[in-house]
Amino acid sequence: MKQLMLGNTAVARGLYEAGCCVVSSYPGTPSTEITEEMAKFDEVYTEWAPNEKVAMESAFGASLAGKRSFCAMKHVGLNVAADPLFTVAYTGVNAGMVIAVADDPGMHSSQNEQDSRHYAVAAKLPMLEPADSAEALAFAKAAYDISEEFDCPVLLKMCTRVAHSQSVVETAPRQDVPARPYEKNIAKYVMMPGNAIRRHPFVEDRMARLAEYAETSALNRVEMGGTEVGIITSSTSYQYVKEVFGDSVSVLKLGMVHPLPQKLICDFAAKVKKLVVVEELDPMVENACRAMGLEVSGKDVLPILGEFSQNLVAQCLGGEVHTGKALEDVIPPRPPVMCAGCPHRGLFYTLSKNKCTVLGDIGCYTLGAVAPLAAMDMTLCMGASISATHGFNKALGSESQGKTVAVIGDSTFMHSGMTSLANIAYNQSNSTVIILDNSITGMTGHQQNPTTGYNIKGDPAGKIDLESLCRAMGFERVRVVDPYDLKSCDAAIKEELAVDAPSVIISRRPCALLKYVKHSAPLTVDTDKCKSCKACMKIGCPAISIKNGKAHVDNTLCVGCGVCEQLCAFGAFQSTKKEG
Amino acid sequence: MKTKNVMIVGVGGQGSLLASKLLGHLLMEQGYDVKVSEVHGMSQRGGSVVTYVRYGDKVCSPVIDKGEADFIVSFEVLEAARWLSYLKPDGQIVTSTQQIDPMPVIIGAAQYPEDLVNKMLTAGAKVDALDCLALAQQAGSAKAVNLVLMGRLSKYFDFSDEAWQKSIEACVPAKFLELNKKAFELGKNA
Repeated sequence: MKQLMLGNTAVARGLYEAGCCVVSSYPGTPSTEITEEMAKFDEVYTEWAPNEKVAMESAFGASLAGKRSFCAMKHVGLNVAADPLFTVAYTGVNAGMVIAVADDPGMHSSQNEQDSRHYAVAAKLPMLEPADSAEALAFAKAAYDISEEFDCPVLLKMCTRVAHSQSVVETAPRQDVPARPYEKNIAKYVMMPGNAIRRHPFVEDRMARLAEYAETSALNRVEMGGTEVGIITSSTSYQYVKEVFGDSVSVLKLGMVHPLPQKLICDFAAKVKKLVVVEELDPMVENACRAMGLEVSGKDVLPILGEFSQNLVAQCLGGEVHTGKALEDVIPPRPPVMCAGCPHRGLFYTLSKNKCTVLGDIGCYTLGAVAPLAAMDMTLCMGASISATHGFNKALGSESQGKTVAVIGDSTFMHSGMTSLANIAYNQSNSTVIILDNSITGMTGHQQNPTTGYNIKGDPAGKIDLESLCRAMGFERVRVVDPYDLKSCDAAIKEELAVDAPSVIISRRPCALLKYVKHSAPLTVDTDKCKSCKACMKIGCPAISIKNGKAHVDNTLCVGCGVCEQLCAFGAFQSTKKEG
Repeated sequence: MKTKNVMIVGVGGQGSLLASKLLGHLLMEQGYDVKVSEVHGMSQRGGSVVTYVRYGDKVCSPVIDKGEADFIVSFEVLEAARWLSYLKPDGQIVTSTQQIDPMPVIIGAAQYPEDLVNKMLTAGAKVDALDCLALAQQAGSAKAVNLVLMGRLSKYFDFSDEAWQKSIEACVPAKFLELNKKAFELGKNA
């Protein structure tokens, strides 16, 4: 049956149809939905792992055991999982193993714009890159065949526009893939130097065989049209090229972006007058063409930054560019903001008020850096808040210790914060770490994690107790505050910064968007009491604005958290009782 | 048929995903090739969000670019104005008159421009503006603005009422079906 399907859902469908049995991932936009969709299939064991490295190693273990396995991550997640990646390339697999990595050109929801294709080259692994949902489904299945034929994990590269676009797919039933027996093979799977040195030639030989495979694989195809211009492209760039030029140009559409089919590329180049590579981010294919001695155009006309679109491709390559009319008015931007009732708000307000230096981390709470709170000095990568605070304090000593804090979410703490905390406990910096425990992985859309007590299906699971964990690491000062209670937040931060010992503050309240969270009635403003002092505007709540000089609460947004009420010296905010 | 383009714009959390799901279902049922591009992740947190819906005999790009939209369906006036340059010269805007101040306006760093509907009209756009929030509340929930907008949009398409009803039934949970159908009708007949 034909149906409209999200790219990520289509990957999941392909994995399912290919008989995938074990899935382990850490959420990350734009890869998250693949794993969420896998969790809906009863035949597949699916889990959220604490981080991508753990996920990849779990998936490898399942492959070693003889079952087709899978893990998914965003581009920066592959940095975390790079360690197993480079050596799984040596051991190879038993049953098929597929690794999805989702890039985010344009950085819709990411801290950098790295191009994951470099990993395929560096780790010497094949990489497939679909251009729509139908290909996402088909390539996920093809990836297992390649994985088992060539004895290697296969990288499936997504990008935001393929992952988060729906297009038409046709589904098929699940294949029954018998488990491969596990056989002890020390030479293949124990990567100590004496064995690894014998696996390296296998890796090089495999690349040569994969390159041969790429020459004739249906994953790569030539669509001959006009021969003035020949375009080599893949993924969503292919769609923009077809949108702008249709059949007026010839296209070599790559479905396998590593290794590249050199002969196919040379034959294609010979059939066209001018060769152009259209690829987002880095000039990987372009450089490979040049290394083959081909005259080629690419990043000389197309940008290395951001996402492409049909107008951009048309503008750079001489197609029809569409234009529209804009208003002369300056349209104010609408950046993402912390939600009304977000438990992080009270904590960041307190940090801002105390003029703390805040080394932050990756999550919704990175929005604490946005005005008017502007209570963040640094965000780098998962877990860096704690390790960087340690280094910061070691460098500056008493100059920074009394005012510098690390801020990290519960899920990010589980992901990479624990080892950083161990460094503080071990090397004893006088650092204060604030764990924002909102009982969920928020930014990627509410995934469970090891601190929530539930698994990916919402069933009860093991629950790691943050207080006990921190104490077990040697922290004597561990305390819990409610971020809706500004007075106790202020006291906790002042006290922990003042003492001469490392400390952990757990700021605990569930995300306001969680379905089970009961909200209070919206507040209203008594305009007679409001003195227009705008103290309530310092917290950047989207529900509060100034109307006719007085504070105003939008009752469709307000969840009655009461943080603004605590800031008002004149008692202008009033709780309304909920009827019925 | 040449590819037709519908943009659905609004503020993160307003319900544009249900609107695009409904439209995608309807267009598939009519036998078109369809692509829908959505926004997930950080931008959803109260930020400006845009969904692209494209349909025709064969759709290539999943996104809509400047000067290409046949329709801009907007949950909020400022958002309609923000994406105006994506409208075709003869394109149609269907917008709710609701205004939601973005954070730069709330903190006084920017002004919410006045009289945006008239300015868009003056710029030559066809604008159908109505108070969708009031109509949604009349239907029973402020969250039904998306169905009010879809009802309004249905006036500009040649698809049968039956086809719309079928897609609403397929996309809306049974518990909220009557409310959403009412919101659709209110939008259509307002």
